[in-house]
Amino acid sequence: MKWLRELRRYPSAIVGMVILVIFVLFAIYAMIAIPIDQAVYLWRGSGPWLESPMRAAPLYYDWFTRDKLPRTFIITLEDEGVTVTEEMLGGGMKQLTIVLPFDYDYDGLPSELQLYQDWQFETGQRPSVYLTWKKPDGQIIPLHPAQERLHRDSFPTYYISQDKALERVLGAVAFPDVRDPILPPHMGLLARDLEVPSLADIKPLHGRYEMVMQCVMEQGVELREVRLRVYGQIHGWAGTDHQRRELIVALLWGAPIGLAFGLLAAVGAQLSTFVLGGIGTWMGGKVDAVFRRLTELTMILPNLAILIMIAHFYEPSIWRILGIVILLNIFSASYMVYRSIILQTKESPYIEAAQAYGAGGFRIIFRYILPRLAPMLLPQFVIVVPAFVFLEASLALLGLGDPMLPTWGKVLQDSQNQGALLTGHYYWVFQPGLMLMFIGFGFAMVGYSLDRIVNPKLRSL
Amino acid sequence: MREAFGRLGRYSLLKGVSLFLMVVVALYLTVFIANWGGELDKIRRAQIKYDVTVGVSMAFADQGLTQEQLQVIIDDAVATQYRRFGLDRPFIIRSFYYLRDAVTLNLGRAEMMTSDYGSRQVTDILKDRVPRTLLLIATSELILFFLALLIALFLSRRYGGWLDRVIVGLAPTSAAPGWFYGIFLILIFAAVLGVLPYGRMVQIGVPKGTWEYFFSVLKHMVLPVSAIIIGAIFSSIYSWRTFFLIYSSEDYVELARAKGLSSQAIERRYVLRPTLPPIVTSFLLMIITVWMGMIILESVFNWPGLGQTFYEAMQRFDTPVIVGIVVIYGYLLAATVFMLDFIYALLDPRVRVGPGGSR
Repeated sequence: MKWLRELRRYPSAIVGMVILVIFVLFAIYAMIAIPIDQAVYLWRGSGPWLESPMRAAPLYYDWFTRDKLPRTFIITLEDEGVTVTEEMLGGGMKQLTIVLPFDYDYDGLPSELQLYQDWQFETGQRPSVYLTWKKPDGQIIPLHPAQERLHRDSFPTYYISQDKALERVLGAVAFPDVRDPILPPHMGLLARDLEVPSLADIKPLHGRYEMVMQCVMEQGVELREVRLRVYGQIHGWAGTDHQRRELIVALLWGAPIGLAFGLLAAVGAQLSTFVLGGIGTWMGGKVDAVFRRLTELTMILPNLAILIMIAHFYEPSIWRILGIVILLNIFSASYMVYRSIILQTKESPYIEAAQAYGAGGFRIIFRYILPRLAPMLLPQFVIVVPAFVFLEASLALLGLGDPMLPTWGKVLQDSQNQGALLTGHYYWVFQPGLMLMFIGFGFAMVGYSLDRIVNPKLRSL
Repeated sequence: MREAFGRLGRYSLLKGVSLFLMVVVALYLTVFIANWGGELDKIRRAQIKYDVTVGVSMAFADQGLTQEQLQVIIDDAVATQYRRFGLDRPFIIRSFYYLRDAVTLNLGRAEMMTSDYGSRQVTDILKDRVPRTLLLIATSELILFFLALLIALFLSRRYGGWLDRVIVGLAPTSAAPGWFYGIFLILIFAAVLGVLPYGRMVQIGVPKGTWEYFFSVLKHMVLPVSAIIIGAIFSSIYSWRTFFLIYSSEDYVELARAKGLSSQAIERRYVLRPTLPPIVTSFLLMIITVWMGMIILESVFNWPGLGQTFYEAMQRFDTPVIVGIVVIYGYLLAATVFMLDFIYALLDPRVRVGPGGSR
């Protein structure tokens, strides 16, 4: 407690403490808001993320641009303005006309368009659906899903953005001079002016769009649901990745995992070295010699290479990695530091007194020597935590992170593999990067200040 | 004097032998892990069996042999192949042969990878890659050492000034490793500003002329070298500056100052001299970490050096290359540790090298 009061005198320690407290709160919030099972489920991808855009920037990007960046919205049958008219045709047939209108006033183009339809029908009764796209200026573009011919018994989602035929039709309008021109439909269908020099110059046309579905079917066929998905360019507080996952899940969960890994590894590695340093130095002779050889071995051992090999060849669960990290750090270089200090303490009068009244070796080590030196351990302990946090991130960066858990290192790895920096998705890199940086700085700032308090020789410097 | 050298010789021999034993133990661990403790043999055996069965069945397809006769031929060929790869002996015995080869630098042939000129010899592969990693490490460590030393000296003179406080405040930045700053440097200088390349060692379409090649490599080196330096410099400056300050408040320095010696002479003779041993020690220990860190740094910068080769070899389960790289690492680390003692003795006459030395 005395240190805590002294720590307050160091501004960098206060900043560090604030950062660490924020991270702890962050970690607690993560564990409450998204239980671990759910976090693992969410990070596995696909299902839960169908309706979020791919590689969308974080929502706060909107605050820094003058333009109103497009967000994701979905038009369903229940929405206002949607009309469904039913008309009986002869011969047991009927026609449904569905109009899905939406107002578009964003300054950017959507990133993707999809039409999801859920029909209930018997084999061979697949309804025929004719789609038309109405632009605010009255222009009408017919859409012809190529899959109509392929699927007889099912009704898969129509990926409008990937419609190759439409892409070429729109491209021919936009770039008449180019050979085999293509224009992605989610751009072409919302473009204000198609005669532009390049794709980047296409601006959206504001106003009311309509997707008209004319469906002809036998009676008894039911339409359960329609979802016109207009994917935006920004989504979620941290953006999304190539699998449509919201990065906020990993950013949140990175905190408890990073903190736990760093702290446990630091405790395990430092404490074991400290205790063994006490035992080895007290016993001296052969034990000390063996421990010193083991320290040298640890120095020569290519730690990281061994860790990477183990993580690569065996299942890289986070507990296994933690265990190996601690094992490889038991006889770390700090053994020699502790040894030199304990050697001095060994000679002090109070130890002599303890020996005189007949205290045993273990009693002296654990009751008199180690507790007295424990404060010395503290700064070193705090300073090494970031090293382990970054170690976990390094392994994840090489693709050797725990396959289940969402961590900051994993996000960095995905961004590297997907070339996020080459394609301009900077948020994907700097968000987990900043998290790692802040957690590292937090521990280091507190650790350096503690060092000055505990080692008075540094205090005046 | 002669006695001192005799002791030095005996001690260095002892030290050398003990370090060598350490290297042997480290290498055995590597051999063991790189073979999955023998599990890799199952895959190798299965692969050989499959290849031989397919090969024999095709070769003897039209000769009217019965299934039994064919099986005899297959078994015979499999046994030959097992003997050829030493798979007829248990892994534990074989592991010691691997160890012997590793220790004697008889690195053998790679299973998958080739050197730039297509050689399968692990030695040739390493000959390609080691210089590239060395280039990065030597450049960055040289700059780091002298830059940190000069700045630390400068700050110790201006102790308490704003620059001093800024640098001390920046010391925690060394909590993050070099590769981490590498990612940010790529983000800023390659992606946003577009002035430096994202990675690789030379530009695509390797330049013909020597000078063009040199400048291309130089340009590609800027970011990785800066990343290594940024990752380590501020804590080095901080701790070295502290050494200087502690030693410059010693009585003999005060005396020298009272005598009216120039501040340069004081720095050289009374401050730098006693502080160099701990500084060199911390520097050499840092090089060890940098060596290991190259695995990740090179993969971030796509630098075709030893680290990236290690990672590639691991992904392709190319055990001979993995072992070869760890051998090189092991010997280099051992050499560094070996040198530590002697540099210590060289710089600090008070330290007596030997079993009775003050360490």
